[in-house]
Amino acid sequence: MVKEIERAGIPVVHMCTVTPISMTVGANRIVPTIAIPHPLGNPALSPEEEKALRRKLVERALEALTTEVEDQTIFEV
Amino acid sequence: MSYKVVHYINQFFANIGGEEMAHVAPELRDGIVGPGLAFNQAWKGEAEIVKTVVCGDSYFAEHEADAKAQILDWVKAEKPDFFLAGPAFNAGRYGYACATICAAVQDELGIPVLTGMYEENPGADLKNKVLMVATANSAAGMRKAAPAMAKLALKLMKGEKIGASCEEGYMPNGIRKNFFEKKVGAERAVDMLVAKLNGKPFTTEYPMPSFDRVAPNPAVKDLSKATIALCTSGGIVPKGNPDHIESSSASHYGEYCIAGVEKLTSEGYETAHGGYDPVYANENPNRVLPVDVLRDMEREGKIGKLHDYFYTTVGNGTSVANAKSFAAEYAQKLLQAGVHAVIMTST
Repeated sequence: MVKEIERAGIPVVHMCTVTPISMTVGANRIVPTIAIPHPLGNPALSPEEEKALRRKLVERALEALTTEVEDQTIFEV
Repeated sequence: MSYKVVHYINQFFANIGGEEMAHVAPELRDGIVGPGLAFNQAWKGEAEIVKTVVCGDSYFAEHEADAKAQILDWVKAEKPDFFLAGPAFNAGRYGYACATICAAVQDELGIPVLTGMYEENPGADLKNKVLMVATANSAAGMRKAAPAMAKLALKLMKGEKIGASCEEGYMPNGIRKNFFEKKVGAERAVDMLVAKLNGKPFTTEYPMPSFDRVAPNPAVKDLSKATIALCTSGGIVPKGNPDHIESSSASHYGEYCIAGVEKLTSEGYETAHGGYDPVYANENPNRVLPVDVLRDMEREGKIGKLHDYFYTTVGNGTSVANAKSFAAEYAQKLLQAGVHAVIMTST
């Protein structure tokens, strides 16, 4: 799906936990996330801490979108 | 009486010449030419190449309709039991010609056919239509390719049952054949693991589909003016899953308006995904689709706007073909809506 969005001409960042799959399907901008059932959260944290974590991940994703890449790139958090 | 075979080869294998002779028009010769010898030898008199069609690769590519009509006429007049083409290895135009002429003979004359080529040869695009044996990528592989093709061809001529692609050596053509393995799955898996650990070759029983690549688009210049859209394969949908997106092998995607939605609540949204524990996503759907923080950032002016619609499906056993068509469709909607960038989340 990321590839079809990219093909249409829109930059896209893939936020996912299993980054090797993201590499295989051909995402160009990849941000690794927390866990499969809660990629952008962590139920073990307090609600405030969890939202801060989510914010950090999304900020990283936006950074990836504003970064020129030539090849598939994983933006570690 | 032996089976009659007509063989198709290009100018190179007929020893006419290389690229400089690729323009030659088709000609019909008696008996074998070039690689035909290997086939006749392998058949040991049970089948025999009676005629060989030779055609320049460029000629076929540039005059496909004429070449096809001429060759079909010759084959029709000969009334062979079988039509064989190649092998073409990794020669692109040759592979294309072999596959195309085989398809024509099979469809228009009802004569069984077989060709052979390297799996990445563009002619192999027709592998679901024309039976083709997978070969090496250069003519150095002739010694292996010809006997493999000859064996399968003879089976086809005799009308014998054809086994699975892994047994017969043809490229998988989308037709499933059931057969009993000699060893149980656990033993085969351990064998593979042991081979892998020892750095020895092994063959997976579940090859991953091949994926193409798309070059990255230029980066977003100014986030504060950009419209960002959210998409997910994590199955986030309005509570009750109004469009009945399947929990696995999804047949469609959903498009939902989030204009004015500050955050996704457990009362309003849930996941339809059947491939992961839904407790956390149902408790707080922002854990999969981060609407809450993007709203904050929109308010703070960090991003121009969170797009009014999000696109979602369930990426659980959903075929690559379906996923591709969903995203190809909604990408156009995103484009028309002036979206500058997309965040796709996956579970």
